[in-house]
Amino acid sequence: MNEENPSVGTYILVFMTLLVLAALTTGIAYVDLGPFNTVIALAIAVVKMSLVGLFFMHLWYSPGLSRIVVLAGFFWLALMVSFTLADVFTRSWINPPGP
Amino acid sequence: MSTAVAEVPVQSRIHYLNANYGIKSWLFTTDHKRIALLYLGSITLMFFIGGAMAVLMRLHLIEPAGALVQPETYNKLFTMHGVVMLFFFLVPSIPATLGNFLVPMMIGARDLAFPRLNLLSWYVYITGATFTLYSLISGGVDTGWTFYTPLSTHYLTTHVIAAAMGIFINGFSSILTGLNFIVTIHKMRAPGMTWKRMPLFLWSMYATSVIFVLATPVIAIALFLVMLERVFHVGIFDPAIGGDPVLFQHLFWFYSHPAVYIMILPGMGVVSELVTCFSRKKPFGYIFIAYSSLAIAMISFFVWGHHMFVSGQSLYAGFIFSALSFAVAIPSAIKVFNWTATLYKGSISYQAPMLYALGFIGLFTMGGLTGLFLASMATDIHLHDTYFVIAHFHYIMVGGAVMAYLGGIHFWWPKITGRLYHDGWARFAALVIFVGFNLTFFPQYMLGYLGMPRRYAVYPAEFQVLNVMSSAGASILGVGYLIPFVYLLWSIRYGPVAGANPWGAKGLEWETPSPPPTDNFEEPPIVPEEPYGYAEPEHAHV
Amino acid sequence: MSESAASSPLAVPPRESAHSANPALHHQFEDIEQQHDAGNFGMWVFLATEMLFFGGVFTGYIIYRSLYYSGFAAGSRGLEIDLGAAMMFVLLASSFTMAMAVHAAREGKHRPLIGFLTATIILGIAFLGMKFTEYFHKWQEHMVPGLNFHPALESLRGAPERTVEMFMCFYFFMTGLHALHMIIGIGLLTIMAILAWRGKISRENYNRVEVSGLYWHFVDIIWIYLFPLLYLIGGRYK
Repeated sequence: MNEENPSVGTYILVFMTLLVLAALTTGIAYVDLGPFNTVIALAIAVVKMSLVGLFFMHLWYSPGLSRIVVLAGFFWLALMVSFTLADVFTRSWINPPGP
Repeated sequence: MSTAVAEVPVQSRIHYLNANYGIKSWLFTTDHKRIALLYLGSITLMFFIGGAMAVLMRLHLIEPAGALVQPETYNKLFTMHGVVMLFFFLVPSIPATLGNFLVPMMIGARDLAFPRLNLLSWYVYITGATFTLYSLISGGVDTGWTFYTPLSTHYLTTHVIAAAMGIFINGFSSILTGLNFIVTIHKMRAPGMTWKRMPLFLWSMYATSVIFVLATPVIAIALFLVMLERVFHVGIFDPAIGGDPVLFQHLFWFYSHPAVYIMILPGMGVVSELVTCFSRKKPFGYIFIAYSSLAIAMISFFVWGHHMFVSGQSLYAGFIFSALSFAVAIPSAIKVFNWTATLYKGSISYQAPMLYALGFIGLFTMGGLTGLFLASMATDIHLHDTYFVIAHFHYIMVGGAVMAYLGGIHFWWPKITGRLYHDGWARFAALVIFVGFNLTFFPQYMLGYLGMPRRYAVYPAEFQVLNVMSSAGASILGVGYLIPFVYLLWSIRYGPVAGANPWGAKGLEWETPSPPPTDNFEEPPIVPEEPYGYAEPEHAHV
Repeated sequence: MSESAASSPLAVPPRESAHSANPALHHQFEDIEQQHDAGNFGMWVFLATEMLFFGGVFTGYIIYRSLYYSGFAAGSRGLEIDLGAAMMFVLLASSFTMAMAVHAAREGKHRPLIGFLTATIILGIAFLGMKFTEYFHKWQEHMVPGLNFHPALESLRGAPERTVEMFMCFYFFMTGLHALHMIIGIGLLTIMAILAWRGKISRENYNRVEVSGLYWHFVDIIWIYLFPLLYLIGGRYK
């Protein structure tokens, strides 16, 4: 079941990568890349999250059911965010007929 | 395989009720069956508290100028009625009582996956209920059960935080229950019990648990933010700093719409069990009923904006929510068709549980169909915040969910207590409830359509006749609910001893003695056959 | 019930022996693997609920950042990026030590387990120390909404005051909620450390450490998002 979990070496490698990514995201904040600052910062965050999730939390080695649970969480979160945004940002598109 | 009806159970047998005595053995139990009974007692108390408020409201509304209370008090009555009934009765009703009792038994397990979390969930429920009752006793809250901002955050001096805290805490009880069921159903099915051999009640409990787990955290955060805003006098819903009160509504209804499916899905599961047993037929379209539970759970998350058509929400968003709301009716309709087809050419008997199931099918259908009027934006503008909405959801919640709950309690009562109740009285009570219910709530459809707003302590004189009819019905309904309370309690002591399977039903829970032993089964069960193995009525199998 | 079940070819082996052989096995499970599996799965389901819980505030954040970008950028630049980055490094290190603790528990290695758990707890406390220092600084700068929000003009950086106040609301709510989860996590790990100290964690029941680890890593992941979303809006190049 949990036979193949990461080795200590894997943990160390992942940790080092995480530190590098954290330094990177901090450093890039000091460089003007316009809107890409946000994009890159979020992309790095996603990579860090994936590393922690897959290796520290053993998702890579876990039964598929656990991964489905994680995906379901993301999907429902995306649902909540997107439908709410769909309201807030289309309010001005059409105004109901006034009195 | 099934124990004969004539068997006389040995009274000195040890089972879950007499395995241990003393209050500590109940308050510190981890036996899912005892926890189910702890819940049963608590939610029954909350039901009567919520019911008392309904009685006061209906008495008040006998006269157009209000007969009983001040308008401020009336506001508190409908708020607390909603809060208590929804969060502390309906949401936990079937899952925490019948679900807790039956899920391990139907699955062939000795207990749920996490028995101690199960007990914790009851204590969390009690804590939440205490906060809410505190807010009730110290004067009540008058925001409406919906806690809309900025009324709840800035303009009221009532005990909003206590009530909100009670609901917030209670949410964790739901989450723990749902989590327990999901893990149990995935990981602890008996050998041979594939997903497609599970009773339909389990499918509906699973779907309900998915909603518990994904929706409840959102109302928790929504109420948490309201509490923060009340304490700090500033927050993310506050227009003074650019906040949007409608954002609260989004977060609130993201939970509260799926929540109403939390309240009905278990009832649908119960009805599937009742209809099959009392027509002695396997369900028509088993897989459709099973998958429709999942479909309802999923689509229920896509429609919350239909509560917000007139809130200032974008019309485009409204279009999407409206269309999806029509879609969510489809799986429910599939269930109604399949139950009806199950009844067709069945060998039907009309014991009390079946009366409740039949009542459910009719009343839920009416309530559900009226939902379509509300899902359609154009008609909703006329009907929103009127008594039409109230009638709609009471048809589903009371005509549907509560009837299914009562049907389930009656059906599994012999299993839970080892006693039979008096079915004559039970049928009588079911009929009283049915008549009282319709007399209470059908006039409210008319009132709503004619324009009487909800949450108003006074109304124009031309609506009085319908209001009086509704109040008369409420008194009949109240009596109807008291009757089972009496004969069920009486049966525990004086009812005839029940055998393992008094109804001749199919299912693992009927293959163990009544009441069951603490570990549910003397031998771990194995499931070699399909569920609902009732003999086909027309064609005898050799 | 039927006596034939024990002798049929589909018979399940008597449970008594499995349960007496392993006292860590709870009575409702058939074997220790099922118990581990259920424990992990249960925690993942709980973490999904936490995603939705934090998700509510993230939803609000996304909306208001889009509407009030200048205010959010101004507020963000007022945050102490060095402290924020330090907290990031501390939490990542704590995730590493947590993973190592779980590894030690699985291998039945008593001392490293206690050591790594203690390290994780200390790093967690260090994080909280930095967080509360930050809060204190914000209090001194009069940037706490609802309590003493009177920002100096240069703190606004040209953005409307109310939008900066909105950002600060999100800053305090999101990091506060996160800190609350950290405190709970530290409490959980303290209990694990005490159990380990008393020799109650073995190869058979290490799953409770693993499950605590899942919770801890999740709280780390929240900070992985909070750091760029709160501290790095608009960049620091100006």
